[in-house]
Amino acid sequence: MSGNTAEKIFAWLEERLGLEAIYATVLDRKVPKVNWWFTLGSASLFLAVMQGLTGVFLTMYYVPSPDKAYDSIQYIMNGVAFGWLIRGIHHWGASLMVLIVFIHMLRTFFYGAYKYPREITWLTGVFLLLFTLGMGFTGYLLPWNQRAFWATTVGTEIVGTVPFVGDFLLKALRGGTDISAVTLARFFSAHIWILPAGVVLMISIHMYLVIRLGISNIPSEEE
Amino acid sequence: MAKKTSSPNLSRRDFSKIVMTFLGSIMGAFVGIPIIGYIISPALKTQTIDEWVSLGALDGYPIGSPKLFSFTRTKVNGWERTTKSFGVFVLRKSGSELKVFSNVCTHLSCRVKWSDEDSAYVCPCHNAQFAINGEVIYGPPPHPMYEYEFKVEEGNILIHLTEG
Repeated sequence: MSGNTAEKIFAWLEERLGLEAIYATVLDRKVPKVNWWFTLGSASLFLAVMQGLTGVFLTMYYVPSPDKAYDSIQYIMNGVAFGWLIRGIHHWGASLMVLIVFIHMLRTFFYGAYKYPREITWLTGVFLLLFTLGMGFTGYLLPWNQRAFWATTVGTEIVGTVPFVGDFLLKALRGGTDISAVTLARFFSAHIWILPAGVVLMISIHMYLVIRLGISNIPSEEE
Repeated sequence: MAKKTSSPNLSRRDFSKIVMTFLGSIMGAFVGIPIIGYIISPALKTQTIDEWVSLGALDGYPIGSPKLFSFTRTKVNGWERTTKSFGVFVLRKSGSELKVFSNVCTHLSCRVKWSDEDSAYVCPCHNAQFAINGEVIYGPPPHPMYEYEFKVEEGNILIHLTEG
């Protein structure tokens, strides 16, 4: 294809979609002189996208049922080409994401970047941190091995210690008194539908506000 | 876009574009190839079947009307042992003159059944009908019914089952 044709196609799309305006708004933003700590938001977003993509591919073989969950993961690891790679990225990416999101929060806190007019950015960030932990908690059960089972036993027991409503919350999380097929199915549902929906919503607001308000300066001594 | 210099050499911008495209393609391949491999992998690892299956004594089959014989074979698909059913119609014309048909419709693989009323193999999906010798008499199938290679040994019928 000649350069001219490509330019014509781009011009046709540009006229209808306004791509250059989107590009200018999203990427050609003015930023203050900042340091490497300011890359953690992008790193969190990148990891979230990686978790999303590898997660989508894992659902192609994973079965959230007590009699097949473990076997289907064995199949992913040993039977499917590059299954070890996709699951490996999802497994290690999960831990890394919790770490990066947490350091991102620390940077925002210590630079005072949560202050006016960025309170809502901070608030959505709080939800994103909680959702990230929720993704980690629900995902941990899915391999349905001994570690998964007992970690979820302990995790849900902790919820059970809440005064007055603890017992109800424990049963609501487990879908009954025991960790069962019901627990696995609802953790899977939370892991791939409910929490990701919340994450997408919160990231949308978070990103909109970052673009709308710009990022904050590094605080100086005079302030 | 006007170039700022009149240098005949590659501009910095164009050089960057070429390098970015090149490196981007390599990185795309590093990500894309594993994903494609991951998705198509089960298609490349199918188990094959190649065996002679006994249909029992030749004398057990009536002369002149087709009789269904069913059997199953088990394969490992992914994390599951899949039991697959096979059905064959044995048409014994006389003595040891036989035809053995698969009951799989040649249109879209529904299972046909023999109808004494219509004197035909009838497919329930699209009303196809095959004559007793397997040729299409009505409906969409593009071929006559598939036949199995067979042999008769010590009074038993054996068919050659191949798959994959």
